[in-house]
Amino acid sequence: MFYREAGQFKTTYQDDQAVFPVLQDKAAVFLLILVAYAVPFVADEYWLQAIFIQFLVFALMAIGLNILMGYAGQVSLGTGAFAAVGAYACYKLTTNIEGMNIIVAILLSGGCAAAVGVVFGLPSLRIKGFYLAVATLAAQFFILWLFNKVGWFYNNNPSGTITAPPRELFGVLITGPSASPEARYIVCLTFLIVFAWFAKNLVRGRIGRNWMAIRDMDIAAEIIGIRPLQTKLLAFAISSFYCGVAGALMIFCWLGSAETEAFDLVNVSFRVLFMIIIGGLGSIGGSIMGAAFIILVPIFLTNFPPMVGLDISTALQKHLEEIIFGVMIVFFLIVEPEGFARLWQILREKLRKWPFPY
Amino acid sequence: MEFLESILVTPFIEIWESPYYFIELVLVGLSTGVLYSLVALGFVLIFKASGMFNFAQGAMVLFAALTLVGLMEHGLPLWAALILSVATMVGLAFLVERFMLRHLVNQEGLILFMATIGLNFILEGTGQLMWGSDVKRLEIGIPDQPFDILGGKVLLNTFDVTAAFIGALLVITLAVFFQKTPMGRALRAVADDHQAALSVGIPLKTIWIAVWTIAGIVALVAGIVWGAKSGVQFSLSLIALKALPVLILGGFTSVPGAIVGGLIIGVGEKVAEGFWGPALGGAIENWFAYMLALAFLVFRPQGLFGEKIIERV
Repeated sequence: MFYREAGQFKTTYQDDQAVFPVLQDKAAVFLLILVAYAVPFVADEYWLQAIFIQFLVFALMAIGLNILMGYAGQVSLGTGAFAAVGAYACYKLTTNIEGMNIIVAILLSGGCAAAVGVVFGLPSLRIKGFYLAVATLAAQFFILWLFNKVGWFYNNNPSGTITAPPRELFGVLITGPSASPEARYIVCLTFLIVFAWFAKNLVRGRIGRNWMAIRDMDIAAEIIGIRPLQTKLLAFAISSFYCGVAGALMIFCWLGSAETEAFDLVNVSFRVLFMIIIGGLGSIGGSIMGAAFIILVPIFLTNFPPMVGLDISTALQKHLEEIIFGVMIVFFLIVEPEGFARLWQILREKLRKWPFPY
Repeated sequence: MEFLESILVTPFIEIWESPYYFIELVLVGLSTGVLYSLVALGFVLIFKASGMFNFAQGAMVLFAALTLVGLMEHGLPLWAALILSVATMVGLAFLVERFMLRHLVNQEGLILFMATIGLNFILEGTGQLMWGSDVKRLEIGIPDQPFDILGGKVLLNTFDVTAAFIGALLVITLAVFFQKTPMGRALRAVADDHQAALSVGIPLKTIWIAVWTIAGIVALVAGIVWGAKSGVQFSLSLIALKALPVLILGGFTSVPGAIVGGLIIGVGEKVAEGFWGPALGGAIENWFAYMLALAFLVFRPQGLFGEKIIERV
């Protein structure tokens, strides 16, 4: 009843091709964005720092990987490495060029990640499927090793870590240790919204259709005149750009300082992979929902036993968490392999007919 | 220029000047390679029979080794602990079939892969929950003494030789099992074509259980050898990552590929670390195997022994 689009007539092509053609969708998304911007007024520092900012960063990374895997069909396990390229590039840019605008630095570091992504995307022209997945692990291990070994990348800092220098935007401190969590949250949120909107428009245009054609069958796509080289490399470039920006935000707005371990295989690459599988391959909204799920579940599992008054040792709890997390993943894959995006579709159909299904 | 020289010229001169060191590295590499092959074998078996890229193989190695050590710590003799560990792996195969595979039939490869990562978490958690997460020593009486060959110029270790021998034995057993027994034939039939195998009356569920059991036993052997070498600890499950380049090098579907790939990676890794490592700043073992495999793949996208990829529109 509430979700019926009957009576919403489109009189121009522009209306017809809007990102959200249904009025209710549009209203819901605007409401959601408003609520998201209102979060800093109600949430305390722990929630912002530990949950919301982390969620925004990972959602951005999930959108990046989903572009590559969900739309272009190229499996990648190198997400963490591309994020690391973004983070280290941003660190080098801000520390070596005085007075560079932080937003420009973040976007440029995304560009660096895109360049690296193209290089490691080159084998995708010959290698497919799981072979490609394992091949992208080469990027993961090699890049992190490089950042660890070559002092130039971390300015020969004796501790080997990179630390976000304080930088201002419009007179407000947004990075570094003394920046307020609210400001950092707003920056990340704005990045996520702009990038999600951009991705949504990208995947429904010509480029996105080319990607999907390559994903569904690359030989057939080649025959109808889609250039596999350009299309695949563009997917790698844009995906890595997203991951690079997310990596830069990860250091500058979330962690403050980090070593290469922050970008390792299990912590980043697999986690982001889980997010897009659970969220739904080939769905921008799904990536965001998946990121929320994967971030929230461990936090919930950690806080649940103390909440109900159970007192168990940390080691026991850590292992239990692992087991429950694994069981949930398997269960979810069995019940709904197409993820949250599909669940949302089903719910929408139900809502349209509610309360009089026929 | 100097850097290029230290990579492109100096190592070869060093190899020329110290051939015995080179031979020693090759031999050590071969013995490590056998161990990689052992882990990779488990992957290949499951991939062939169920099209599942089983990331949990590393966790299975850890789980099997932890079970064995845990049982022995409770005072069981080696043979009893071994039998019980094998029984555990059989039980695990049953559970995996009943609660995972059966519900995931006909899903895409990627979904299956993610499911095995989930299984990976479950196994790591369960193993450590049951037996604790400290480093454990595994004493099964493999002698560990260095000895000389080639007139005292090359140093070898009895442990490495024994490990290589165990690996070779396992591979031969598996080869005989696959080629000569009815079950082996059924397994190969399923690997070739699920539907055709079903239509001639091969029970798919039994086959899956059998394959996961074999993979479990292979994991147990790998766990024993690795565990005896470096202690049973959490990092054992990370050798799955060592086996991945072996897999793509040899081809996902080929048992000989897993073995030859393991040997190539083992030798390549040790030699590279020995001669190129100093120039590059060391610790290159982590990524070298992947780069080596990647270089091979560019020329043979299906791996060394993989089936030729034929694509139709």
